[in-house]
Amino acid sequence: MEQLLAEIVAKYNYWIYVVLMMIGFYAMIGKRNLVKKLLGMNIFQTAIILFYVSIGVKRGGSIPIVDKHAALSHGIDATQVINPLPHVLMLTAIVVSVSITGVALAILIRIYRQYGTLEEDEILEKIGR
Amino acid sequence: MTSTNLHMYVMMAPLLAAFAVNLLGRVSRAWIGPLSLGALTFSTIGALLTLLRVLHHGAYRYTVGNWQPPFGIELVIDPLSALMLLLVSGVALLATCSALKSVQNELPGREHLFFTLYMILVAGLLGLVLTGDAFNLYVLLEITSITTYGLIAMGSGRAALSSFNYIIMGSIGACFYLLGVGYLYILTGTLNMADIASILPGLNAPAAIATAFAFLLVGLWVKMALFPLHIWLPNAYSQAPTGAGVMIAPLMTKVTIYLMIRVMFSIFSPDYTFFAHAGVQAGIVWAASLAILCASGLALAQRNLRRMLTYILIAEVGYMVGGVWLANGTGMTGAMLHIVNDALMTLCLFLAAAAIIYRTGSLEFDRLHGLYRRMPLTMAAFTVGAFSMIGIPPTCGFFSKWYLLLGAVQAQHWEFVAALLASSLINAVLFFRLFELAYFKPAGEDVPSASQPCGDAPPLLLSPLVLTAVALLVVGLGTGPLIENVIRLALPPGFAP
Repeated sequence: MEQLLAEIVAKYNYWIYVVLMMIGFYAMIGKRNLVKKLLGMNIFQTAIILFYVSIGVKRGGSIPIVDKHAALSHGIDATQVINPLPHVLMLTAIVVSVSITGVALAILIRIYRQYGTLEEDEILEKIGR
Repeated sequence: MTSTNLHMYVMMAPLLAAFAVNLLGRVSRAWIGPLSLGALTFSTIGALLTLLRVLHHGAYRYTVGNWQPPFGIELVIDPLSALMLLLVSGVALLATCSALKSVQNELPGREHLFFTLYMILVAGLLGLVLTGDAFNLYVLLEITSITTYGLIAMGSGRAALSSFNYIIMGSIGACFYLLGVGYLYILTGTLNMADIASILPGLNAPAAIATAFAFLLVGLWVKMALFPLHIWLPNAYSQAPTGAGVMIAPLMTKVTIYLMIRVMFSIFSPDYTFFAHAGVQAGIVWAASLAILCASGLALAQRNLRRMLTYILIAEVGYMVGGVWLANGTGMTGAMLHIVNDALMTLCLFLAAAAIIYRTGSLEFDRLHGLYRRMPLTMAAFTVGAFSMIGIPPTCGFFSKWYLLLGAVQAQHWEFVAALLASSLINAVLFFRLFELAYFKPAGEDVPSASQPCGDAPPLLLSPLVLTAVALLVVGLGTGPLIENVIRLALPPGFAP
């Protein structure tokens, strides 16, 4: 038990991402309201973004902005700066996730105009008739 | 223009055309046709030249913006990607001819919006085929997906709801892929496919590598709609506007299968893919066989031509996934050949469906009576496409199916043999039922469209259809050279057919 707890605390960033991802996954699959599904999708994507951001972090690392002259004369100690690449990747992923959310919201507006509801059950009932 | 930059122009032409179509299309509808057709013709010719260059001088790599790999983004142009480049641009060109007409009919006043998305989608697909960078692949995958969501939502009826379900499923797939890339990045510290491939064998982290592999594959399977992850596809593809379906259905699943091949052989090695985990390879062939059987069975239950075609499409995904996973050269040759053939057959059948819906306004089976008399040329081309789908020589569908069968026998996967044969039989039943309806049943009085002027679809719809039907025969007769000159070179080393 203690070993398990130590394991969780040592890698808490991974555990948080797994838990968040499962919450999002449940909302996407289990919820019947379309807006809740969309929110679940956002949580799911955010979990992955947090996962990426956390892998770039180093204990005691500073921001990756270095003085050009100091870097040229002494070189850079890689343990002193955090890895900026995962963060930069996530800028792209955030853009992707925002645009998907935008498209999905626009489609939800169309669905609401068409059926007057965003509950999946009620929509399916209306289609069935 | 130097010939080394040629593939960049192939990809840029549709992207730039997308902006031009949006701006000039607002001013006048007359701009849309020449701009999009011109850009795609340019791409097709460029892709053909790129393929010839690769065949003469061998594969090459290209660094975008001169940032050296592994830091910059690298494009890989080898025989298979050059072939896919030609396939994507050629299919898109033919589909555009038909889309121009049907969009004018179905979405009047919104053509410039439709073709903006459409051209960005083509550019995204061309980029996917070229890229040699794992994260770049994710971004391009999402570019194609977002444009597809938009295109599908432009349809009528339930299209918006289907598109929303596709967004949810598609995002799950893309996020799984992104997670897999994250694991690989933690392990290797690089995103370049060739670089990852060179670092991975030296690592001693079997669990993490296997997790990354599983996430990448499952993500792509959701995107390619491998049964039972297919639930989003039939609704989305059958309710999309006709012009969008003609383009999305042949290309999206095929390009994703190409991506699966890339992940399996360019990021991981064939050795790792097939032999590192006991039972996985056999299990996936079993799953693909089940996918073929179930999807074919579901196709039997459909009463609408386009819905039936979407289920056949899902069965074909099973063909190709199973063929690649047979783990021998013959099966892989069959699968790669089937990517080309299936794109053309699906294009042919969807173009025929677009022509029929343009004339009669419906694709329900009981409205197809007497079609052979009313639209002889359309139905002749449809018959060629159907024969190819069933696998009757000399259409190209026969040859790839033959290779798949041979590969399955060689690998002694009898369940895959049985699934292939059963699915061919079911396809025969499906299409001969349609032939009977459309040939022997006279058009009844209750069919209002029977009173419409007889004759085939307008030339803009008919000419790409007839061209595709001819292409099916030409590719079928040219199978030998195609395998000898292109596909044999694309097989991973040690897997000669």
